[in-house]
Amino acid sequence: MATYYTKSHEWVRIDGDIATVGITRHAADELGELVFVEAKDAGVELKQGDAAAVVESVKAASDIYAPVSGSIAGFNSRLTDEPTLVSNDSEGEGWIFKLKIDDSEALSAELSGLMDQDSYAAQIG
Amino acid sequence: MTDPSTDAPLKQTPLHALHLALGVRMVPFAGYEMPLQYKAGLMAEHLHTRRKAGLFDVSHMGQLKITARSGSNADAATALETLIPADVLSLGAGRQRYGLLTNEDGGICDDLMFANMGDWFYVVVNAACKDADADRIEAAIGNRVTVERCFDRALLALQGPAAEAVLAPICPDAAAMRFMDVRETRIMDTPVIISRSGYTGEDGFEISVAAKDAEHVADALLANENVLPVGLGARDSLRLEAGLCLYGSDLDTTTSPVEASLMWSIQKARKPGGSRAGGYPGAGEVEAQLAQGTQRVRVGLQATGRAPVRGGAPLFADPNGATQVGVVTSGAFGPSVDHPVAMGYVAPAHAGTGMPLYAELRGRFVPVTVAALPFTPARFKR
Repeated sequence: MATYYTKSHEWVRIDGDIATVGITRHAADELGELVFVEAKDAGVELKQGDAAAVVESVKAASDIYAPVSGSIAGFNSRLTDEPTLVSNDSEGEGWIFKLKIDDSEALSAELSGLMDQDSYAAQIG
Repeated sequence: MTDPSTDAPLKQTPLHALHLALGVRMVPFAGYEMPLQYKAGLMAEHLHTRRKAGLFDVSHMGQLKITARSGSNADAATALETLIPADVLSLGAGRQRYGLLTNEDGGICDDLMFANMGDWFYVVVNAACKDADADRIEAAIGNRVTVERCFDRALLALQGPAAEAVLAPICPDAAAMRFMDVRETRIMDTPVIISRSGYTGEDGFEISVAAKDAEHVADALLANENVLPVGLGARDSLRLEAGLCLYGSDLDTTTSPVEASLMWSIQKARKPGGSRAGGYPGAGEVEAQLAQGTQRVRVGLQATGRAPVRGGAPLFADPNGATQVGVVTSGAFGPSVDHPVAMGYVAPAHAGTGMPLYAELRGRFVPVTVAALPFTPARFKR
């Protein structure tokens, strides 16, 4: 499964018609320890780039955007009691939400606008 | 680094090189490039300050030396009382007090700490207000006092239960000081002014030192294994848990001492019926508010859930957002209390401790409760 990256520091992994989304190691390091994470309610339909979740550090709240279009299909409920999972394992156990993809043709076009790991690494320098 | 609002180059404190050497994330604040956090991060820095001791660079704050032209410090005190609604005159030498600068409408121009140094007054004001404050004092009472702007001096804060044990070996005078005592003394061989006070709710000291000696003193304090450098991020969550106001967020020229629940800073002698009642800018308005009440009052707010409620969030009496009764002025997650903490202004009918309110957060209304301040008990050495 390939992982794609956005300019706004989300990662997305596609498995069939389900996209799993989180924030990158770089973003997690920039935000510091998180104290609260929440995603939009299940079923909410989102276009690529729409605000999909919020992560809160001690100091500030940051929006997390949908890397591809789809409807919210799940939230990582472990983050309710353990938001620091995002900081500690941002690209693994600290995933934030899943999207159900409704339009696989549109998905291909959306993914082509995202970065692979090497391009993302080059962007953050 | 430049100021994002003006593009002007940011000023640096005398400890700039030390911050970089320690590993820091800098942010623009009040025209200065200031440490937001160091390697440990906000949460660890906050908790370490409550458990042991944190060292803060607050050199951006304005330090003023106010001296009576007559040579009598009582004349300086009497002059300052025309600007500050506090009992300045009865403050003994070697003692410090919290005070406000008010405007003609009874609004708050700044909050400050003032100390009687025997033959002058040592005043510490907020960074963003320091030029305006000094101008204001000079314009009003410059015929009676001189105002020296010691803006090149460094100011360090050593805060936390281990502060005395850290400082006393290199500054023997420190141990005998009590909360709000001030001394001119030495740390090792370096002349300093130290006060036993701070902005965290913990025991601790603020240390004023010449710019050229600042790194020497900071190095000596950081050499103690109980001391961690702490940035402005944790300073904000610490002061919020301690229920202390941040000027510009919780206080401004439109909030009065009555609304801000700061009447404790106006001692008996300056209140109606006192021996030197009134006589400060806006005294009539403040006294009228005392007699008649106000439309709003500052309170603590505790969120029921985990989502931090931030400054600017409107507060409602009902869960549907029909009746707005106030606004949050500052809020953050409180690492020591392990829940979100905030303060704000609400209508007096909704200001009682335990009153349920609802804060608008991302289009929803989350329950909050009016809470007694501080959120963490103060641990001063009285």
